[in-house]
Amino acid sequence: MSTAIITDTHTADHHGHHEHHEPSFIRKYVFSTDHKMISKQFLITGIIMGCLGMGMSLLFRLQLAWPDQSFPFLETLLGKWAKDGKLDPNYYMALVTIHGTIMVFYVLTAGLSGTFSNLLIPLQVGARDMASPFMNMLSYWFFFMSSCVLMSSFLVETGPASSGWTVYPPLSALSKAMPGSGLGTTLWLVAIILFIVSSLLGGINYITTVLNMRTQGMSMNRLPLTIWAFLLTAILGLLSFPVLLGAGLLLIFDRSFGTSFYLSDIHLNGVGALTNSGGSPVLYQHLFWFLGHPEVYIILMPALGISSEVISTNARKPIFGYTAMVISLIGISFLSFIVWGHHMFITGMNPFLGTMFMYVTLIIAVPSAVKTFNYLATLWKGNIRFTPAMMFAIGLVSLFISGGLTGIYLGNAALDIQLHDSYFVVAHFHLVMGSASIFGMFAGIYHWFPKMFGKMMNKTLGSLHFWLTFVSAYLVFFPMHFMGLAGVPRRYYQFSLIPEFGIWMDVNILITVAAILGGLAQLLFIYNFFNSIFRGQKATQNPWLSNTLEWSTPVKHIHGNWEGDIPTVYRGPHEYSRPDRELDYFPQYEKGDGEPEHYHAPSTQVDTAFEGKKEKASAVFFSSFAALFMKKA
Amino acid sequence: MSNSSAVSSTSIWTGGRSPFNVSYGKLMMWIFLLSDAFTFSSLLVGYGAIRFSYAGSTTPWPDPATVFNHFPFAHGLHLPLLFVSLMTLILIISSVTMVLAVEAGHRNSKSEVSKYMFLTILGGAAFLGCQAWEWSQFIHEGGRLDSNLFGFTDAAHEHAKHLKLFDPVHWTEADKISGPVPFASLFFIVTGFHGFHVLSGVVINIIIWINVMRGTYERRGHYEMVEKVGLYWHFVDLVWVFVFTFYYLI
Repeated sequence: MSTAIITDTHTADHHGHHEHHEPSFIRKYVFSTDHKMISKQFLITGIIMGCLGMGMSLLFRLQLAWPDQSFPFLETLLGKWAKDGKLDPNYYMALVTIHGTIMVFYVLTAGLSGTFSNLLIPLQVGARDMASPFMNMLSYWFFFMSSCVLMSSFLVETGPASSGWTVYPPLSALSKAMPGSGLGTTLWLVAIILFIVSSLLGGINYITTVLNMRTQGMSMNRLPLTIWAFLLTAILGLLSFPVLLGAGLLLIFDRSFGTSFYLSDIHLNGVGALTNSGGSPVLYQHLFWFLGHPEVYIILMPALGISSEVISTNARKPIFGYTAMVISLIGISFLSFIVWGHHMFITGMNPFLGTMFMYVTLIIAVPSAVKTFNYLATLWKGNIRFTPAMMFAIGLVSLFISGGLTGIYLGNAALDIQLHDSYFVVAHFHLVMGSASIFGMFAGIYHWFPKMFGKMMNKTLGSLHFWLTFVSAYLVFFPMHFMGLAGVPRRYYQFSLIPEFGIWMDVNILITVAAILGGLAQLLFIYNFFNSIFRGQKATQNPWLSNTLEWSTPVKHIHGNWEGDIPTVYRGPHEYSRPDRELDYFPQYEKGDGEPEHYHAPSTQVDTAFEGKKEKASAVFFSSFAALFMKKA
Repeated sequence: MSNSSAVSSTSIWTGGRSPFNVSYGKLMMWIFLLSDAFTFSSLLVGYGAIRFSYAGSTTPWPDPATVFNHFPFAHGLHLPLLFVSLMTLILIISSVTMVLAVEAGHRNSKSEVSKYMFLTILGGAAFLGCQAWEWSQFIHEGGRLDSNLFGFTDAAHEHAKHLKLFDPVHWTEADKISGPVPFASLFFIVTGFHGFHVLSGVVINIIIWINVMRGTYERRGHYEMVEKVGLYWHFVDLVWVFVFTFYYLI
């Protein structure tokens, strides 16, 4: 093949930078193809969705704490769904469902990965933009449409989807099963399919950019751990979301076209309710959790990558065990694909199969522990700067430990029979996946805010935000362990009518009060965030004295990221406190004494040698192939 | 690097170039195809799971060779899987013409690229036409998303076993009973999803063909776009081989 392999796609049109026209408002802020703007769009949409999701959780927490109380404001807010100020049971289910969907997909997948992959991949690998900026823009707008479709289900007469964020059939497959199973579930499925398209467009871009567009000297073992995390996250999303697409497609046909992939003979009062036969709802669970389990790591891994960078930078120490960190991320990614069955221990699965799923699940504790101990070892004797980002990153480590330990209990098939679908599960995943990832996201926002907006966030408000959030996260989710051990099931509307669970009413009140406190703490963050964008202190170019490439770009965003040439990389990203250096950091892009100008031989020579060989081989192959079919010559 | 002859395998990963020596667009196509392979896998695995659940059932899974034994203009003859084999052949040949188009692109021969692209489009369209005929035949005989009339009685089954090529087939309505519904619905889903891919492929091929004719790639100096759509086309072809194997042959 004789085409030139151009990795630096923007160089050609970039030289006359000062002659660039200022793009129109729409091209700059709305349909922007610039990765930095798209990242801001993802972040702000994610924050709005996060507020909605959190608000919903507060509504249903009110119901759980004071089930017999009337809240007149609920009727003002929700109309017929809260007659006399009391939440409707179906609406309670809808809120739980949409809260889960929003938090898992819209905030912690798109909001977290979309924001930081977009911002950091080109900046940290040294690229002018994403491989395909146009696809990147499409990715955001599919996500935006998806958010709108999902939220529009609140405007539907029968309410939003209410069969839990996993939308298991038959509740989701039979449109008359409950009010939310009607149009609400259809809209949920449409929203998720749009979301999958968005995630696919984004993921292809992320992987390609990391593989193809690294700058000179940025070898894979010099990538910041954020980039490793984003790369593996994108691979997980790329391989698991299509399976949800398949599952959703079959579900849509079951719902709307009378097929019976997930439905078998359903009887109501002894009478066959449906003509469907032959399907199995367990098939849906298998397909769903083939996405669902990698999804957990799609959420968590970017947060782990962010916290690695933040902890190393702010402890002023190299990350402990860089290679071990990368290998454990790869290990987690691989294992996440073969453990989905641990969500389905009680579906009547063959106990032998359950045992296999249990073993591989427990093995995940190994790479997770490697990461945890590496974090702790990085902090050990570090010169720690307690910026808000650092506190959130340490908070992540704390939540990752306390939530991760209960994963070992739940991964055990025998224990899971007792704990399944109880508040123990709710406590587990809210700590390890929910709160830990949100903490990672906050760490990222506080750390890279100067890069995104060119301003600093208020540190005092940030610390206050951290402590309130940290305390309330534990107060909300920790007591749920005890409820779960006592057998309190999740997704119940009202416990006051069940005497066995009545003793937990005070705990439920405590949890709700703590949740409201946590919600109020987020107002601090919202205020700090928007106030800093407009009135924050102006940022310096490298405010955290960090090593990575993104801090070599100008504070004011420019198209193409670097004014002149893209810097060359000379070393790994974590060279902090090197004894032979006067400064306590050594940026990747700074040439040290006696280091070669280029990391490796001039690439043109390599390219032509490689190309020529390939051309020859392919020419031989094609001509022999063609000769088979055309006996002309 | 001091030793220029030692272009080690690790040096291609040190940045500043593409490690696989491909443009970003082609890499994206490969990654997309990997993802799409998982979509098809999810449907085929679902098919397998449902089909296996019928093992030993009182309503056995219909034998595809007995169901798909029709051929246009050969009404009433037993020609098991002959038509679908023809479809497979058409699709494979269209893959070959696509290879030839890509090869002509390497030689920057506009007229040949355009000729072979046209043949590929023709092959894709022919495949879609055949699929339309097969669907209508299937629907005509009682296959629906929510019902399936291919549950043959025991006697009919016994009769089908001894059918030879070109034997006249004379089912009566009494031979047909309701069979496993997923057989029919999976037929529509699996072949439909593949057909949708072929249709998109034909549309994309037409767009690229128009660009070839207008000389877009000649001016660009290379025909890489043809190569990229070629990758997609071969993938669609490859998927059909799996669909054919799992749905029709097994």
